[in-house]
Amino acid sequence: MNNMVVSVNPHIYAKDTTQTIMRDVLIALLPAVLASIIFFGVQALLVEVICVAVAVICEWAFEKICNKPITITDFSAAVTGLLLALNLPVDIPIWQAMFGAFVAIIVVKQFFGGIGQNFANPAITARVIMLVAFSGAMTTWAIPAFTDATSAATPLAVIGGAEGALPTLAQMFIGARGGSMGETSCLALLIGGIYLIARKVISWHTPVAFIGTVLVLTALLGRQPLYQVMAGGLFIGAFFMATDYTTSPPTPAGKLIFGVGCGLITVLIRVWGNYPEGVSFSILLMNILNPYICDWTKTKPFGGVQA
Amino acid sequence: MKLHGIHAPHRKNTVDSAPTRLPVPPMITVPMSMNIGAPAKPVVKPGDEVKVGQMIAEAGGFMSAPIYSGVSGKVKRLDEIVSANGRFDTIIVIETDGQQTVWEGVKPPEVTDKDSFVEAVRQCGCVGLGGAGFPTSVKLNVDPDRVHNIIINGAECEPYITSDTRTMIDNAEDVIYGAQLLQKYYTADKIVIGIEDNKPQCVKIMQDAGKGVPGFEVAALPALYPQGGEKVLIYNTTGEIVPEGKLPIDVGAIVINCTTLAVIAKYIKTGMPLVEKVVTVDGSAVANPQNVVVPVGTPIKNVLDFVGLKCEPKKVLYGGPMMGTSVPSLENPIMKNTNAILAFDEKEAVDPAPSACIRCGRCVNHCPFNLMPAEIERAYTNNEPETLKSLKVNLCMECGCCSFSCPARRPLVQVNKLAKAMLNKYNAEQKAAAEKKAAKAKEKEAV
Repeated sequence: MNNMVVSVNPHIYAKDTTQTIMRDVLIALLPAVLASIIFFGVQALLVEVICVAVAVICEWAFEKICNKPITITDFSAAVTGLLLALNLPVDIPIWQAMFGAFVAIIVVKQFFGGIGQNFANPAITARVIMLVAFSGAMTTWAIPAFTDATSAATPLAVIGGAEGALPTLAQMFIGARGGSMGETSCLALLIGGIYLIARKVISWHTPVAFIGTVLVLTALLGRQPLYQVMAGGLFIGAFFMATDYTTSPPTPAGKLIFGVGCGLITVLIRVWGNYPEGVSFSILLMNILNPYICDWTKTKPFGGVQA
Repeated sequence: MKLHGIHAPHRKNTVDSAPTRLPVPPMITVPMSMNIGAPAKPVVKPGDEVKVGQMIAEAGGFMSAPIYSGVSGKVKRLDEIVSANGRFDTIIVIETDGQQTVWEGVKPPEVTDKDSFVEAVRQCGCVGLGGAGFPTSVKLNVDPDRVHNIIINGAECEPYITSDTRTMIDNAEDVIYGAQLLQKYYTADKIVIGIEDNKPQCVKIMQDAGKGVPGFEVAALPALYPQGGEKVLIYNTTGEIVPEGKLPIDVGAIVINCTTLAVIAKYIKTGMPLVEKVVTVDGSAVANPQNVVVPVGTPIKNVLDFVGLKCEPKKVLYGGPMMGTSVPSLENPIMKNTNAILAFDEKEAVDPAPSACIRCGRCVNHCPFNLMPAEIERAYTNNEPETLKSLKVNLCMECGCCSFSCPARRPLVQVNKLAKAMLNKYNAEQKAAAEKKAAKAKEKEAV
């Protein structure tokens, strides 16, 4: 015997690994990071770096303490940290941002068993917790660069009746508007989203269903559909948060249902709710429904006979 | 409906390599278990002289096939080896004389009707040469009225392997002759050869060779692994779905590998049974990838020495990288259903370490049969045979698409195999318990 490896088939693998997938998500977020720095200054970069660092350190520390394999090299903690930062206002107190990253990784991800086991998206859940805990800081928006706006009210707040002028659609698209630092530039998020679809990291089903539902419903309701689609966190939510593998269905049919559900709840909250924005809540609620959607959309085995 | 699959790398490096004949090895070791079903029974004893084409083992039952010597020489001994599936197997060790004298008894069989045709296929020692090793005569032993479609498998969807490709290029007339025989004895409506479209030369050759054969057509199929899977090929050429627990013949189909058909045709023309194979030798440890004609029973070592190695092989496979089995030792022989020997260097031999499932759904979205491997893994880990039953794990053909596409490198195929064993054990226990209960009830009634 000459120590040959004996193993079960297959003996070759696709190139994708958890690490390359998460790396692709980070790459896809770079345009949004760049946009956040352009519109909100270097402070944006600082918050982003801190959130990523805290997320990674929390993951490492928790796994070290619990004697679990260290998974920080799969970049999933970095993705969570960056997504959280991009969903925060630029002027958020640093300690609050750190708290958010801690909650995302420790409470939402690791307490439920780590990667693949959490029932809700860590970044979204942490953001919602922060929204409740620090509602003042979480809804104080800085005035972005390259605008002549005097009020920092978000477009959704303006549509909802707050004081201020709506930016032009072009400003909305490139991101010169009030809002969380990474959500404002639809252009940057679209580039990232298309990159992810092209790399087959995500499929088109969720974002198209999500954004499409918001577009159609707000058009039917006569609520400025183009603004509604580009405002708030819809693009970052549809491309980066609702497509989270662990907390959304695996099949195309499931993804469509998930996306439509997110769109529906978003519009309900925006139009009739107390909050001007509903993307985070909608994704969180659909995360909770995810096991049911998975159950409804189970695949039908080829040649399977129902007993 | 379109069946899922994966775009595996093709790596068909040996398409243009016309098979060269391996110099007669000093010794061959012929295993008795080269088919699904009962092993063959040796009919020679140490000291016997054998010649090329002479029977050395008879079929060990209905579900079996006889074995013939591919060399001339003297039987040294009967021995045992550990085969690639981990079981012990009897081997007949033959010392060759290098003469390759053909046995006097090699003469074309008399084939007059379907039954004599099936008998000839049985005598030829043929088993499914695509890799499965199912005795071909058993497959063909069906009522001709039930056969509507004869499907010749020329897909060869596994990476690296080109032995079927070479059969179509070098032996097209035998494939067509075989097809004509099938047409004659089974009168199917359609006789179709399925070939992946990454082999346009084979599509062209078969189209030309099949001109004038009634009902014959060539289906150029997308190169999407596992195109050559039996149920996949049936669906993609005829639209028929083989239901759970049924056979291709239940939907009127017979699927036969193109090389198997060529071997049958050759036997009926010349009387030379299945004694040698065209084997693709490739992989990162192989210096000169090529196709080699090898007598069945030749140790892998002799074949690798002939083509040359770049380095010590760390993993050697029977068959392709998607479904092939790794061999425990280079002493293991070439078998009837060996269509490739792949030798890999250390880098490609070591299996990646699995990490946690991230529920990306790639396993579900690449499974040709729409199974849910991640769910199956969960049910298996939680010891839930009822869930495994409802997830239809028994439909799994172990093609490897799930494991291939898993970014967490989870051993999903391995778990599916274990899950099937768990379910079968559970079903057997359920059945036994039900029988016991029924027996008890009967006893009570009698009292």
